[in-house]
Amino acid sequence: MNDALDVAVRLVVVFVVFLVLPLVVGQTEHKVMAHMQGRLGPMYAGGFHGWAQLVADGVKFAQKEDVVPAAADRRIFQLAPAVALLPYLLVLVAVPIGPSEGAVGQVVDAGIFFVLAVMGVGVLGSLMAGWASANKFSLLGGLRTAAQLLAYELPMLLAAASVAMAAGTVSLPGILNAFHWWWLPWQIVGALVFFVAGLAELQRPPFDMPVADSEIIFGAYTEYTGLRFALFLLAEYAGIVVLCGLTTVLFLGGWHGPWGADGLGWVWTLLKTAVLAFVVIWLRVSYPRLREDQLQKLAWTTLIPLALAQIALTGIVKVAIS
Amino acid sequence: MSESLPPTRPRIPGSGLAKGLAVTLRTMTKKTVTAQYPDVQPELPPRSRGVIGLFEENCTVCMLCARECPDWCIYIDSHKETVPAAVEGGRERSRNVLDRFAIDFSLCMYCGICIEVCPFDALFWSPEFEYAETDIHELTHERDKLREWMWTVPAPPALDPGAEEPKEVAAARKAADKLAAAQAAASATPDPATPDPATPDPATPDAASPNPATPDSGPEGGRA
Repeated sequence: MNDALDVAVRLVVVFVVFLVLPLVVGQTEHKVMAHMQGRLGPMYAGGFHGWAQLVADGVKFAQKEDVVPAAADRRIFQLAPAVALLPYLLVLVAVPIGPSEGAVGQVVDAGIFFVLAVMGVGVLGSLMAGWASANKFSLLGGLRTAAQLLAYELPMLLAAASVAMAAGTVSLPGILNAFHWWWLPWQIVGALVFFVAGLAELQRPPFDMPVADSEIIFGAYTEYTGLRFALFLLAEYAGIVVLCGLTTVLFLGGWHGPWGADGLGWVWTLLKTAVLAFVVIWLRVSYPRLREDQLQKLAWTTLIPLALAQIALTGIVKVAIS
Repeated sequence: MSESLPPTRPRIPGSGLAKGLAVTLRTMTKKTVTAQYPDVQPELPPRSRGVIGLFEENCTVCMLCARECPDWCIYIDSHKETVPAAVEGGRERSRNVLDRFAIDFSLCMYCGICIEVCPFDALFWSPEFEYAETDIHELTHERDKLREWMWTVPAPPALDPGAEEPKEVAAARKAADKLAAAQAAASATPDPATPDPATPDPATPDAASPNPATPDSGPEGGRA
Protein backbone atom coordinates (compact mmCIF):
# COMPACT_ATOMS: atom_id res chain seq x y z
CA MET A 1 0.00 0.00 0.00
CA ASN A 2 2.75 2.40 1.01
CA ASP A 3 4.73 1.54 -2.11
CA ALA A 4 1.74 2.21 -4.32
CA LEU A 5 1.23 5.58 -2.64
CA ASP A 6 4.90 6.39 -3.10
CA VAL A 7 4.74 5.59 -6.80
CA ALA A 8 1.53 7.55 -7.21
CA VAL A 9 2.96 10.64 -5.52
CA ARG A 10 6.11 10.49 -7.62
CA LEU A 11 4.14 10.15 -10.84
CA VAL A 12 1.84 13.01 -9.90
CA VAL A 13 4.81 15.26 -9.10
CA VAL A 14 6.51 14.37 -12.38
CA PHE A 15 3.27 14.98 -14.23
CA VAL A 16 2.79 18.39 -12.63
CA VAL A 17 6.37 19.34 -13.47
CA PHE A 18 5.75 18.08 -16.99
CA LEU A 19 2.74 20.35 -17.32
CA VAL A 20 4.16 23.43 -15.61
CA LEU A 21 7.79 23.71 -16.73
CA PRO A 22 7.07 23.71 -20.49
CA LEU A 23 4.55 26.49 -19.95
CA VAL A 24 7.09 28.44 -17.93
CA VAL A 25 9.61 27.98 -20.75
CA GLY A 26 6.99 29.02 -23.29
CA GLN A 27 6.09 32.16 -21.39
CA THR A 28 9.78 32.96 -20.92
CA GLU A 29 10.20 32.55 -24.64
CA HIS A 30 7.36 34.98 -25.29
CA LYS A 31 8.96 37.56 -23.06
CA VAL A 32 12.65 37.02 -23.81
CA MET A 33 12.05 36.93 -27.55
CA ALA A 34 9.97 40.08 -27.38
CA HIS A 35 12.58 42.01 -25.42
CA MET A 36 15.38 40.77 -27.65
CA GLN A 37 13.41 42.27 -30.53
CA GLY A 38 12.68 45.54 -28.73
CA ARG A 39 9.07 44.59 -28.00
CA LEU A 40 7.12 43.96 -24.81
CA GLY A 41 5.41 40.69 -25.66
CA PRO A 42 2.07 39.71 -24.17
CA MET A 43 0.90 42.29 -21.65
CA TYR A 44 -2.80 41.71 -21.02
CA ALA A 45 -3.71 38.08 -20.32
CA GLY A 46 -3.86 37.54 -16.56
CA GLY A 47 -3.31 41.19 -15.74
CA PHE A 48 0.35 41.27 -14.77
CA HIS A 49 2.62 41.37 -17.83
CA GLY A 50 0.56 38.76 -19.63
CA TRP A 51 1.56 35.91 -17.32
CA ALA A 52 -1.51 33.88 -18.31
CA GLN A 53 -0.99 34.19 -22.06
CA LEU A 54 -0.33 30.48 -22.54
CA VAL A 55 -3.35 29.59 -20.41
CA ALA A 56 -5.44 31.78 -22.68
CA ASP A 57 -3.85 30.11 -25.70
CA GLY A 58 -4.73 26.72 -24.27
CA VAL A 59 -8.34 27.77 -23.80
CA LYS A 60 -8.40 29.01 -27.36
CA PHE A 61 -6.96 25.77 -28.73
CA ALA A 62 -9.43 23.70 -26.72
CA GLN A 63 -12.34 25.58 -28.26
CA LYS A 64 -11.26 24.96 -31.84
CA GLU A 65 -12.73 22.31 -34.05
CA ASP A 66 -10.70 19.15 -34.34
CA VAL A 67 -10.46 18.64 -38.08
CA VAL A 68 -9.21 15.42 -39.66
CA PRO A 69 -8.71 15.70 -43.43
CA ALA A 70 -10.85 13.34 -45.48
CA ALA A 71 -7.87 11.68 -47.16
CA ALA A 72 -5.88 11.35 -43.96
CA ASP A 73 -4.99 8.06 -42.32
CA ARG A 74 -7.43 8.75 -39.54
CA ARG A 75 -6.15 6.63 -36.68
CA ILE A 76 -2.47 7.45 -37.20
CA PHE A 77 -3.29 11.12 -37.68
CA GLN A 78 -5.07 11.24 -34.35
CA LEU A 79 -2.46 9.23 -32.54
CA ALA A 80 0.57 11.25 -33.69
CA PRO A 81 0.37 14.10 -31.11
CA ALA A 82 0.35 11.62 -28.25
CA VAL A 83 3.36 9.83 -29.72
CA ALA A 84 5.15 13.14 -29.95
CA LEU A 85 4.34 14.25 -26.41
CA LEU A 86 4.37 11.19 -24.16
CA PRO A 87 8.04 10.20 -24.61
CA TYR A 88 9.13 13.43 -22.99
CA LEU A 89 6.95 12.63 -19.97
CA LEU A 90 8.62 9.23 -19.73
CA VAL A 91 12.09 10.78 -19.99
CA LEU A 92 11.26 13.24 -17.27
CA VAL A 93 10.53 10.34 -14.93
CA ALA A 94 14.15 9.22 -15.16
CA VAL A 95 15.88 12.59 -14.82
CA PRO A 96 17.29 13.09 -11.32
CA ILE A 97 17.17 16.62 -9.97
CA GLY A 98 18.73 16.03 -6.56
CA PRO A 99 21.12 13.63 -4.87
CA SER A 100 18.60 11.96 -2.59
CA GLU A 101 16.44 8.97 -3.43
CA GLY A 102 13.32 11.16 -3.43
CA ALA A 103 14.54 13.57 -6.09
CA VAL A 104 14.03 11.34 -9.08
CA GLY A 105 10.85 9.85 -10.45
CA GLN A 106 12.30 6.42 -10.97
CA VAL A 107 15.94 5.36 -10.95
CA VAL A 108 16.62 3.53 -14.19
CA ASP A 109 19.85 1.58 -14.17
CA ALA A 110 20.43 1.96 -17.89
CA GLY A 111 19.43 5.61 -17.66
CA ILE A 112 21.21 6.99 -20.71
CA PHE A 113 19.94 4.20 -22.93
CA PHE A 114 16.39 4.63 -21.71
CA VAL A 115 16.43 8.40 -22.03
CA LEU A 116 17.94 8.60 -25.49
CA ALA A 117 15.86 5.77 -26.88
CA VAL A 118 12.62 7.23 -25.62
CA MET A 119 13.54 10.73 -26.82
CA GLY A 120 14.06 9.25 -30.27
CA VAL A 121 10.51 7.91 -30.16
CA GLY A 122 9.19 11.46 -29.80
CA VAL A 123 10.38 12.31 -33.28
CA LEU A 124 8.27 9.44 -34.61
CA GLY A 125 5.22 11.56 -33.81
CA SER A 126 6.28 14.06 -36.45
CA LEU A 127 6.92 11.28 -38.95
CA MET A 128 3.49 9.79 -38.32
CA ALA A 129 1.84 13.20 -38.60
CA GLY A 130 3.69 13.97 -41.82
CA TRP A 131 2.72 10.72 -43.48
CA ALA A 132 -0.84 10.46 -42.20
CA SER A 133 -1.87 13.99 -43.15
CA ALA A 134 -2.00 13.16 -46.88
CA ASN A 135 -0.61 16.61 -47.61
CA LYS A 136 2.45 17.31 -49.69
CA PHE A 137 3.81 19.92 -47.29
CA SER A 138 3.29 17.59 -44.37
CA LEU A 139 5.07 14.84 -46.26
CA LEU A 140 8.00 17.15 -47.01
CA GLY A 141 8.12 18.10 -43.35
CA GLY A 142 8.02 14.47 -42.32
CA LEU A 143 10.87 13.60 -44.71
CA ARG A 144 12.94 16.46 -43.40
CA THR A 145 12.24 15.26 -39.87
CA ALA A 146 13.43 11.79 -40.81
CA ALA A 147 16.60 13.13 -42.40
CA GLN A 148 17.26 15.30 -39.37
CA LEU A 149 16.67 12.44 -36.98
CA LEU A 150 19.12 10.22 -38.88
CA ALA A 151 21.77 12.92 -38.97
CA TYR A 152 21.61 14.11 -35.37
CA GLU A 153 20.80 10.99 -33.39
CA LEU A 154 24.34 9.76 -34.01
CA PRO A 155 26.35 12.72 -32.61
CA MET A 156 23.95 12.90 -29.68
CA LEU A 157 24.53 9.25 -28.82
CA LEU A 158 28.29 9.57 -29.26
CA ALA A 159 28.43 12.61 -26.99
CA ALA A 160 26.39 10.84 -24.34
CA ALA A 161 28.59 7.78 -24.69
CA SER A 162 31.60 9.92 -23.88
CA VAL A 163 30.09 10.86 -20.51
CA ALA A 164 29.13 7.28 -19.83
CA MET A 165 32.73 6.25 -20.51
CA ALA A 166 34.04 8.93 -18.20
CA ALA A 167 31.76 7.88 -15.38
CA GLY A 168 31.96 4.19 -16.04
CA THR A 169 28.20 3.83 -15.67
CA VAL A 170 25.09 4.44 -17.75
CA SER A 171 22.89 5.30 -14.77
CA LEU A 172 22.08 9.01 -14.56
CA PRO A 173 22.47 9.30 -10.75
CA GLY A 174 25.60 7.17 -11.10
CA ILE A 175 27.08 9.66 -13.58
CA LEU A 176 26.31 12.53 -11.25
CA ASN A 177 27.85 10.71 -8.28
CA ALA A 178 31.06 10.32 -10.26
CA PHE A 179 31.08 13.96 -11.37
CA HIS A 180 34.00 16.26 -10.57
CA TRP A 181 34.25 19.90 -11.54
CA TRP A 182 37.07 19.24 -14.00
CA TRP A 183 34.69 17.21 -16.07
CA LEU A 184 33.36 20.53 -17.37
CA PRO A 185 36.43 21.45 -19.46
CA TRP A 186 37.07 17.78 -20.15
CA GLN A 187 33.63 17.13 -21.67
CA ILE A 188 32.92 20.62 -23.01
CA VAL A 189 33.07 19.56 -26.67
CA GLY A 190 30.75 16.68 -26.01
CA ALA A 191 28.39 19.02 -24.18
CA LEU A 192 28.24 21.38 -27.15
CA VAL A 193 27.68 18.53 -29.58
CA PHE A 194 24.97 17.04 -27.37
CA PHE A 195 23.18 20.36 -26.95
CA VAL A 196 23.31 21.28 -30.63
CA ALA A 197 22.20 17.83 -31.71
CA GLY A 198 19.40 17.95 -29.18
CA LEU A 199 18.25 21.29 -30.55
CA ALA A 200 18.18 19.78 -34.01
CA GLU A 201 16.21 16.82 -32.77
CA LEU A 202 13.66 19.13 -31.16
CA GLN A 203 13.41 20.98 -34.47
CA ARG A 204 14.08 24.24 -32.73
CA PRO A 205 15.39 27.22 -34.69
CA PRO A 206 17.92 27.44 -36.25
CA PHE A 207 17.27 23.75 -37.01
CA ASP A 208 13.57 24.08 -37.74
CA MET A 209 13.54 23.11 -41.41
CA PRO A 210 10.99 20.34 -40.77
CA VAL A 211 8.46 22.90 -39.56
CA ALA A 212 9.77 25.91 -41.56
CA ASP A 213 6.50 27.81 -41.51
CA SER A 214 7.55 30.15 -44.31
CA GLU A 215 8.58 27.34 -46.66
CA ILE A 216 6.40 24.31 -45.99
CA ILE A 217 3.76 25.83 -43.66
CA PHE A 218 4.68 24.04 -40.44
CA GLY A 219 5.54 20.82 -42.22
CA ALA A 220 4.05 17.82 -40.51
CA TYR A 221 1.64 19.97 -38.48
CA THR A 222 -0.02 21.69 -41.45
CA GLU A 223 -3.30 19.82 -41.12
CA TYR A 224 -3.53 19.92 -37.34
CA THR A 225 -5.87 22.19 -35.48
CA GLY A 226 -7.07 22.76 -31.98
CA LEU A 227 -5.93 20.59 -29.14
CA ARG A 228 -3.86 18.20 -31.22
CA PHE A 229 -1.82 21.08 -32.61
CA ALA A 230 -1.44 22.41 -29.06
CA LEU A 231 -0.10 19.01 -28.00
CA PHE A 232 2.58 19.22 -30.70
CA LEU A 233 3.57 22.65 -29.45
CA LEU A 234 3.59 21.39 -25.88
CA ALA A 235 5.81 18.53 -27.01
CA GLU A 236 8.30 21.04 -28.38
CA TYR A 237 8.51 22.91 -25.08
CA ALA A 238 8.54 19.72 -23.02
CA GLY A 239 11.39 18.69 -25.29
CA ILE A 240 13.27 21.86 -24.37
CA VAL A 241 12.86 21.09 -20.69
CA VAL A 242 14.00 17.51 -21.18
CA LEU A 243 16.97 18.43 -23.36
CA CYS A 244 18.16 21.12 -20.97
CA GLY A 245 17.65 18.82 -18.00
CA LEU A 246 19.61 16.05 -19.67
CA THR A 247 22.43 18.37 -20.69
CA THR A 248 22.55 19.59 -17.10
CA VAL A 249 22.68 16.08 -15.71
CA LEU A 250 25.16 14.66 -18.19
CA PHE A 251 27.57 17.54 -18.70
CA LEU A 252 27.03 20.34 -16.19
CA GLY A 253 27.08 18.34 -13.01
CA GLY A 254 23.38 18.41 -12.16
CA TRP A 255 22.99 19.00 -8.45
CA HIS A 256 26.69 19.74 -7.88
CA GLY A 257 27.51 23.36 -7.38
CA PRO A 258 29.84 25.70 -5.52
CA TRP A 259 29.10 26.72 -1.89
CA GLY A 260 27.96 23.25 -0.97
CA ALA A 261 24.82 21.62 -2.22
CA ASP A 262 23.44 20.03 0.92
CA GLY A 263 19.71 19.77 0.47
CA LEU A 264 19.72 22.43 -2.22
CA GLY A 265 20.94 20.25 -5.07
CA TRP A 266 17.63 20.48 -6.88
CA VAL A 267 17.98 24.28 -6.98
CA TRP A 268 21.25 23.90 -8.85
CA THR A 269 19.67 21.47 -11.29
CA LEU A 270 16.72 23.75 -11.95
CA LEU A 271 18.98 26.80 -12.23
CA LYS A 272 21.25 25.18 -14.78
CA THR A 273 18.25 23.88 -16.71
CA ALA A 274 16.73 27.36 -16.75
CA VAL A 275 19.94 28.92 -18.03
CA LEU A 276 20.13 26.35 -20.80
CA ALA A 277 16.49 26.96 -21.69
CA PHE A 278 17.32 30.65 -21.94
CA VAL A 279 20.16 29.78 -24.31
CA VAL A 280 17.72 27.76 -26.43
CA ILE A 281 15.46 30.81 -26.72
CA TRP A 282 18.44 33.08 -27.29
CA LEU A 283 19.63 30.95 -30.20
CA ARG A 284 16.17 30.99 -31.71
CA VAL A 285 16.06 34.78 -31.68
CA SER A 286 19.60 35.26 -32.95
CA TYR A 287 20.00 32.88 -35.84
CA PRO A 288 18.16 32.36 -39.11
CA ARG A 289 17.07 28.92 -40.21
CA LEU A 290 19.74 26.75 -41.78
CA ARG A 291 19.26 25.39 -45.26
CA GLU A 292 18.56 21.68 -45.51
CA ASP A 293 21.98 20.86 -46.97
CA GLN A 294 23.75 23.07 -44.41
CA LEU A 295 21.97 21.11 -41.72
CA GLN A 296 23.26 17.79 -43.05
CA LYS A 297 26.74 19.21 -43.56
CA LEU A 298 26.89 20.47 -39.98
CA ALA A 299 25.92 17.07 -38.63
CA TRP A 300 28.13 14.82 -40.74
CA THR A 301 31.23 16.96 -41.20
CA THR A 302 31.35 18.84 -37.90
CA LEU A 303 29.37 17.31 -35.08
CA ILE A 304 30.18 13.65 -35.64
CA PRO A 305 33.96 14.20 -35.99
CA LEU A 306 33.85 16.40 -32.90
CA ALA A 307 31.92 13.76 -30.96
CA LEU A 308 34.41 11.07 -32.04
CA ALA A 309 37.30 13.29 -31.01
CA GLN A 310 35.63 13.80 -27.64
CA ILE A 311 35.31 10.05 -27.18
CA ALA A 312 38.99 9.62 -28.04
CA LEU A 313 39.93 12.34 -25.54
CA THR A 314 37.75 10.79 -22.88
CA GLY A 315 39.36 7.41 -23.47
CA ILE A 316 42.89 8.79 -23.28
CA VAL A 317 42.26 10.75 -20.09
CA LYS A 318 40.42 7.81 -18.56
CA VAL A 319 43.36 5.48 -19.21
CA ALA A 320 45.84 8.11 -18.01
CA ILE A 321 44.18 8.69 -14.66
CA SER A 322 43.41 5.08 -13.85
CA MET B 1 41.34 42.66 -58.78
CA SER B 2 42.23 41.57 -55.29
CA GLU B 3 44.55 44.55 -54.75
CA SER B 4 41.61 46.91 -54.86
CA LEU B 5 39.91 45.18 -51.95
CA PRO B 6 40.68 46.52 -48.49
CA PRO B 7 42.86 44.22 -46.40
CA THR B 8 40.67 41.86 -44.41
CA ARG B 9 41.66 40.94 -40.91
CA PRO B 10 41.90 37.19 -40.29
CA ARG B 11 38.52 36.35 -38.81
CA ILE B 12 38.12 34.15 -35.81
CA PRO B 13 35.79 31.29 -36.76
CA GLY B 14 32.43 31.78 -35.11
CA SER B 15 32.95 35.48 -34.44
CA GLY B 16 29.91 36.23 -36.57
CA LEU B 17 27.80 33.87 -34.49
CA ALA B 18 28.99 35.51 -31.29
CA LYS B 19 28.23 38.93 -32.73
CA GLY B 20 24.67 37.85 -33.45
CA LEU B 21 24.20 36.64 -29.90
CA ALA B 22 25.65 39.89 -28.58
CA VAL B 23 23.21 41.97 -30.62
CA THR B 24 20.15 40.18 -29.29
CA LEU B 25 21.43 40.21 -25.71
CA ARG B 26 22.17 43.93 -25.90
CA THR B 27 18.72 44.61 -27.33
CA MET B 28 17.16 42.69 -24.45
CA THR B 29 18.72 45.03 -21.90
CA LYS B 30 17.56 48.15 -23.71
CA LYS B 31 14.21 49.83 -23.34
CA THR B 32 11.57 48.48 -25.68
CA VAL B 33 10.01 50.65 -28.34
CA THR B 34 6.48 49.29 -27.97
CA ALA B 35 3.88 52.04 -27.63
CA GLN B 36 1.18 50.92 -25.21
CA TYR B 37 -1.30 53.15 -26.92
CA PRO B 38 -4.71 52.68 -25.31
CA ASP B 39 -3.09 52.67 -21.87
CA VAL B 40 -0.55 55.37 -22.57
CA GLN B 41 -1.34 58.26 -24.86
CA PRO B 42 1.26 58.82 -27.56
CA GLU B 43 3.46 61.88 -27.47
CA LEU B 44 2.54 63.54 -30.71
CA PRO B 45 4.96 65.81 -32.52
CA PRO B 46 4.10 69.52 -32.85
CA ARG B 47 1.81 70.40 -35.76
CA SER B 48 0.24 66.92 -35.65
CA ARG B 49 -2.62 66.59 -38.09
CA GLY B 50 -5.30 64.91 -36.04
CA VAL B 51 -8.53 66.66 -36.84
CA ILE B 52 -9.67 70.05 -38.09
CA GLY B 53 -11.19 72.45 -35.58
CA LEU B 54 -13.44 75.36 -36.52
CA PHE B 55 -13.35 78.75 -34.81
CA GLU B 56 -16.66 79.85 -36.25
CA GLU B 57 -16.58 83.46 -35.03
CA ASN B 58 -13.78 84.02 -37.56
CA CYS B 59 -15.64 82.41 -40.43
CA THR B 60 -17.10 84.78 -43.00
CA VAL B 61 -18.53 82.07 -45.25
CA CYS B 62 -16.15 83.06 -48.01
CA MET B 63 -16.26 79.40 -49.17
CA LEU B 64 -12.56 79.39 -50.03
CA CYS B 65 -11.96 76.27 -47.96
CA ALA B 66 -14.83 74.37 -49.55
CA ARG B 67 -13.66 75.35 -53.01
CA GLU B 68 -9.99 74.52 -52.46
CA CYS B 69 -10.71 71.17 -50.81
CA PRO B 70 -9.33 68.54 -53.22
CA ASP B 71 -11.94 65.96 -52.33
CA TRP B 72 -14.87 68.26 -51.60
CA CYS B 73 -15.40 67.14 -48.06
CA ILE B 74 -16.44 70.51 -46.60
CA TYR B 75 -20.12 71.41 -46.55
CA ILE B 76 -21.12 75.03 -45.90
CA ASP B 77 -24.64 76.44 -45.83
CA SER B 78 -25.30 80.09 -45.12
CA HIS B 79 -27.81 82.85 -45.59
CA LYS B 80 -27.59 86.61 -45.82
CA GLU B 81 -28.84 88.89 -43.12
CA THR B 82 -29.39 92.60 -43.40
CA VAL B 83 -27.86 94.64 -40.67
CA PRO B 84 -29.64 97.95 -40.02
CA ALA B 85 -27.66 101.11 -40.55
CA ALA B 86 -25.31 101.85 -37.69
CA VAL B 87 -25.76 105.62 -37.88
CA GLU B 88 -28.71 107.73 -38.74
CA GLY B 89 -29.06 108.10 -42.46
CA GLY B 90 -26.52 105.40 -43.15
CA ARG B 91 -26.83 102.48 -45.48
CA GLU B 92 -28.02 99.01 -44.51
CA ARG B 93 -25.32 96.35 -44.65
CA SER B 94 -25.69 92.69 -45.45
CA ARG B 95 -23.57 89.97 -43.93
CA ASN B 96 -23.28 86.22 -44.25
CA VAL B 97 -24.46 84.01 -41.43
CA LEU B 98 -23.14 80.49 -41.14
CA ASP B 99 -25.90 77.87 -41.00
CA ARG B 100 -23.94 74.70 -41.41
CA PHE B 101 -20.26 73.86 -41.46
CA ALA B 102 -19.44 70.19 -41.73
CA ILE B 103 -16.36 68.20 -42.67
CA ASP B 104 -16.68 64.62 -43.89
CA PHE B 105 -13.63 62.98 -42.36
CA SER B 106 -14.24 59.81 -44.31
CA LEU B 107 -13.30 61.81 -47.40
CA CYS B 108 -10.80 64.23 -45.88
CA MET B 109 -7.22 63.38 -46.79
CA TYR B 110 -5.70 65.66 -44.18
CA CYS B 111 -3.89 67.77 -46.75
CA GLY B 112 -4.53 70.94 -44.72
CA ILE B 113 -5.21 73.10 -47.74
CA CYS B 114 -8.42 74.46 -46.15
CA ILE B 115 -6.42 75.58 -43.13
CA GLU B 116 -3.76 77.16 -45.31
CA VAL B 117 -6.26 78.93 -47.49
CA CYS B 118 -8.55 80.34 -44.79
CA PRO B 119 -7.92 84.11 -44.86
CA PHE B 120 -9.48 84.73 -41.46
CA ASP B 121 -7.91 81.97 -39.37
CA ALA B 122 -11.10 80.07 -38.74
CA LEU B 123 -9.69 76.56 -39.28
CA PHE B 124 -6.95 74.93 -37.20
CA TRP B 125 -5.20 71.60 -36.88
CA SER B 126 -5.95 69.79 -33.64
CA PRO B 127 -3.86 66.78 -32.53
CA GLU B 128 -7.04 64.97 -31.42
CA PHE B 129 -7.21 61.68 -33.32
CA GLU B 130 -9.54 59.36 -31.45
CA TYR B 131 -12.78 59.87 -33.34
CA ALA B 132 -13.27 56.53 -35.05
CA GLU B 133 -16.86 55.56 -35.72
CA THR B 134 -18.53 52.27 -36.56
CA ASP B 135 -20.61 53.86 -39.34
CA ILE B 136 -18.94 55.83 -42.08
CA HIS B 137 -21.81 58.34 -42.15
CA GLU B 138 -21.04 59.35 -38.61
CA LEU B 139 -17.67 60.62 -39.73
CA THR B 140 -19.31 63.76 -41.13
CA HIS B 141 -18.88 66.10 -38.20
CA GLU B 142 -20.97 69.24 -37.82
CA ARG B 143 -19.98 72.63 -36.53
CA ASP B 144 -20.63 71.96 -32.84
CA LYS B 145 -18.23 69.01 -32.92
CA LEU B 146 -15.70 71.01 -34.92
CA ARG B 147 -16.03 73.76 -32.34
CA GLU B 148 -15.34 71.30 -29.52
CA TRP B 149 -12.15 70.29 -31.26
CA MET B 150 -11.17 73.94 -31.46
CA TRP B 151 -10.50 73.86 -27.72
CA THR B 152 -7.96 71.09 -28.19
CA VAL B 153 -5.85 73.15 -30.58
CA PRO B 154 -2.48 73.74 -28.95
CA ALA B 155 -0.68 77.05 -28.88
CA PRO B 156 1.56 77.41 -31.92
CA PRO B 157 4.98 75.95 -31.26
CA ALA B 158 7.85 78.30 -30.64
CA LEU B 159 9.91 79.33 -33.63
CA ASP B 160 13.18 77.63 -34.33
CA PRO B 161 16.18 79.59 -33.10
CA GLY B 162 17.32 82.00 -35.79
CA ALA B 163 14.06 81.71 -37.69
CA GLU B 164 12.70 84.59 -39.69
CA GLU B 165 10.27 86.81 -37.82
CA PRO B 166 6.64 86.02 -38.57
CA LYS B 167 5.14 88.40 -41.12
CA GLU B 168 2.40 89.58 -38.77
CA VAL B 169 4.90 90.46 -36.07
CA ALA B 170 7.18 92.17 -38.58
CA ALA B 171 4.32 94.27 -39.94
CA ALA B 172 3.13 95.19 -36.46
CA ARG B 173 6.61 96.12 -35.37
CA LYS B 174 7.11 98.30 -38.43
CA ALA B 175 3.87 100.14 -37.75
CA ALA B 176 4.76 100.60 -34.09
CA ASP B 177 8.23 101.89 -34.99
CA LYS B 178 6.74 104.32 -37.41
CA LEU B 179 4.29 105.59 -34.83
CA ALA B 180 7.01 105.98 -32.22
CA ALA B 181 9.20 107.82 -34.69
CA ALA B 182 6.36 110.15 -35.59
CA GLN B 183 5.67 110.87 -31.93
CA ALA B 184 9.37 111.45 -31.28
CA ALA B 185 9.47 113.87 -34.21
CA ALA B 186 6.39 115.63 -32.91
CA SER B 187 7.86 116.06 -29.41
CA ALA B 188 11.20 117.26 -30.86
CA THR B 189 9.40 120.23 -32.42
CA PRO B 190 7.41 121.50 -29.42
CA ASP B 191 5.43 124.00 -31.44
CA PRO B 192 4.25 122.31 -34.56
CA ALA B 193 3.50 125.49 -36.40
CA THR B 194 3.95 123.80 -39.69
CA PRO B 195 2.17 120.41 -39.58
CA ASP B 196 3.76 119.48 -42.88
CA PRO B 197 6.22 116.68 -42.04
CA ALA B 198 7.75 116.78 -45.49
CA THR B 199 10.57 119.00 -44.23
CA PRO B 200 12.44 116.90 -41.70
CA ASP B 201 14.67 118.39 -39.09
CA PRO B 202 18.27 117.54 -40.01
CA ALA B 203 19.21 117.70 -36.30
CA THR B 204 17.09 114.62 -35.54
CA PRO B 205 18.10 111.89 -37.95
CA ASP B 206 16.16 109.27 -36.05
CA ALA B 207 12.93 111.08 -36.68
CA ALA B 208 12.32 109.58 -40.05
CA SER B 209 9.71 111.22 -42.13
CA PRO B 210 6.61 109.16 -42.81
CA ASN B 211 6.37 110.85 -46.16
CA PRO B 212 7.73 108.52 -48.81
CA ALA B 213 7.73 111.26 -51.41
CA THR B 214 11.19 112.40 -50.37
CA PRO B 215 13.49 109.52 -51.11
CA ASP B 216 16.44 110.77 -49.06
CA SER B 217 14.45 110.99 -45.88
CA GLY B 218 12.62 107.69 -46.10
CA PRO B 219 12.66 105.32 -43.14
CA GLU B 220 15.58 103.36 -44.56
CA GLY B 221 17.07 105.90 -46.92
CA GLY B 222 17.45 108.54 -44.22
CA ARG B 223 19.67 106.32 -42.13
CA ALA B 224 21.85 105.11 -44.94
